[in-house]
Amino acid sequence: MRALRWHGKHDIRCDDHLPDPTIEDPRDAIIKVSSCAICGSDLHLYDGFMPGMKHGDIMGHEFMGEVMEVGSANKKLKVGDRVVVPFTIVCGECEQCRRGNFSVCERTNRNKDIADKVFGHSTAGLYGYTHLTGGYAGGQAEYVRVPYADVGPVVIPNGLTDEQVLFLGDIFPTGWQAAAQCDIQPTDTVAVWGAGPVGQFAIRSAVMMGAEQVVCIDNVPERLSMARAGGAITINFDEESVVERLAELTRGKGPEKCIDSVGMEAHASGSLDSMYDRAKQALMLETDRPHVLREMIYVCRPAGIISIPGVYGGLIDKIPFGAAMNKGLTFRMGQTHVNRWTDDLLKRIQEGQIDPSFVITHTVSLEQGPEMYKTFRDKHDGCIKVVLKP
Amino acid sequence: MSIPRQVTRPNPSARSLARGLGWFSIGLGVVQLVAPRQVARFIGMPGSDGLIRACGLREIATGVGILLADDPKPWIYGRIGGDALDLGCLGWSIEHGREPANAAIAAGAVAGITALDLGCARALDAERLPLTEWDFGDRSGFPSGTAQARGSVEPEFAAARAEPNGYPPAQLH
Repeated sequence: MRALRWHGKHDIRCDDHLPDPTIEDPRDAIIKVSSCAICGSDLHLYDGFMPGMKHGDIMGHEFMGEVMEVGSANKKLKVGDRVVVPFTIVCGECEQCRRGNFSVCERTNRNKDIADKVFGHSTAGLYGYTHLTGGYAGGQAEYVRVPYADVGPVVIPNGLTDEQVLFLGDIFPTGWQAAAQCDIQPTDTVAVWGAGPVGQFAIRSAVMMGAEQVVCIDNVPERLSMARAGGAITINFDEESVVERLAELTRGKGPEKCIDSVGMEAHASGSLDSMYDRAKQALMLETDRPHVLREMIYVCRPAGIISIPGVYGGLIDKIPFGAAMNKGLTFRMGQTHVNRWTDDLLKRIQEGQIDPSFVITHTVSLEQGPEMYKTFRDKHDGCIKVVLKP
Repeated sequence: MSIPRQVTRPNPSARSLARGLGWFSIGLGVVQLVAPRQVARFIGMPGSDGLIRACGLREIATGVGILLADDPKPWIYGRIGGDALDLGCLGWSIEHGREPANAAIAAGAVAGITALDLGCARALDAERLPLTEWDFGDRSGFPSGTAQARGSVEPEFAAARAEPNGYPPAQLH
């Protein structure tokens, strides 16, 4: 089969003649991928910021397709089913899964020992996302082995296109969970940093949940125009002060709810703290650049909520925790508990409340994947979301 | 359908670098104005106080120009011209001055700043090249329109599911 594989920093190749995956456990299924996508968090691997990748690892955790083979113990799926596969691998049986905390499933990370050492306790296994999360082969491939396939995959009913449902596996529930964690009230201003794909879904989710106003902060004109289309007021941080504009929009009180859809690779041109982060990163004294986190803590209204769907990987520095503590801020974060949301969101797509395909700007073949990583990373050609067709 | 259009955009990184160079110019200029004798002695050109003061005035003028102008590019080119003059003087001092080692160190620093000036000028120059910009103003994602989607979800329903451990196991499967 063909697949996009990681060969080092900025080196992703479409490799051919790879062995097809096989059933390894009776609960497994083999999926023939019909559509997959490049996620913003894949760029952290592309840019070499996440440790734990190995030469030849198959990339990708947003994918869907047709079930080709099912293990003997899998009673949920049958050959021919069309499924979207959540990026978190879940067993459905451990204590965390039974509480709905799917992204911290206690059983699916095959490299639990490494994760325990790095994070204190292991989180769930993820597809194509380092050996810290199990080293599972990813979905930017023709075929994928799906472990615990009797729990995670979402069977898609007829009548919906790949483009409408593909993002149920990650970015749609991620944006949704980010907004839901904010406990949105009708009088709330929700500020969303980052108008990438997760930010776009967080904006639409906050609008649907009835926020009085949703404000989006970014500096890419195309992304800002898409954010406005979804109902957001936009702030281009290259053109105006985020702090001053947010104060103006909230009568000087600050937004009640702040969402960080940026994560570890914040690009804040010209701010002193971002220059400091870059210098420390270059000296390997800091892994992540938390400019957005600092700004959110500063502008958030006291007793507000900070929701963090953006991915952080390691150590951050100079966080104004005194401000956070004294303002009584609540922090809610984490990888998405995808299966908490999929039934409800699938129903909303079916009912025509939302069509997630709005975010797709590029659809290309798997062979064009490596060059699209660069286009997506550099935000060239109006690129917001890339879908690959293996 | 989303519409592409050709636009030119300011380069924020280049503008930010230009501002940094502007402040650097002013800082260096002030030092040259208030302590010309010490500067002249350091680079091995004692008695050139007037020349050093003139250089200081030039630095302050270009710095202020960079910070105040809408288009800092001509002032950055001005800095590059000034760098060339400085390198000429320092070259003379390395050959004929009293402190060739200090002059060489200063020449190295000026060469580094010249490289930054050249990079900045090149990046500012590239601002005139047109880019394709897409207007995605038609991509709301709401088939029935944004107004109808606003507030269409019961927020308590979503918030309850977001609670840690707050999703009843009976609803999981």
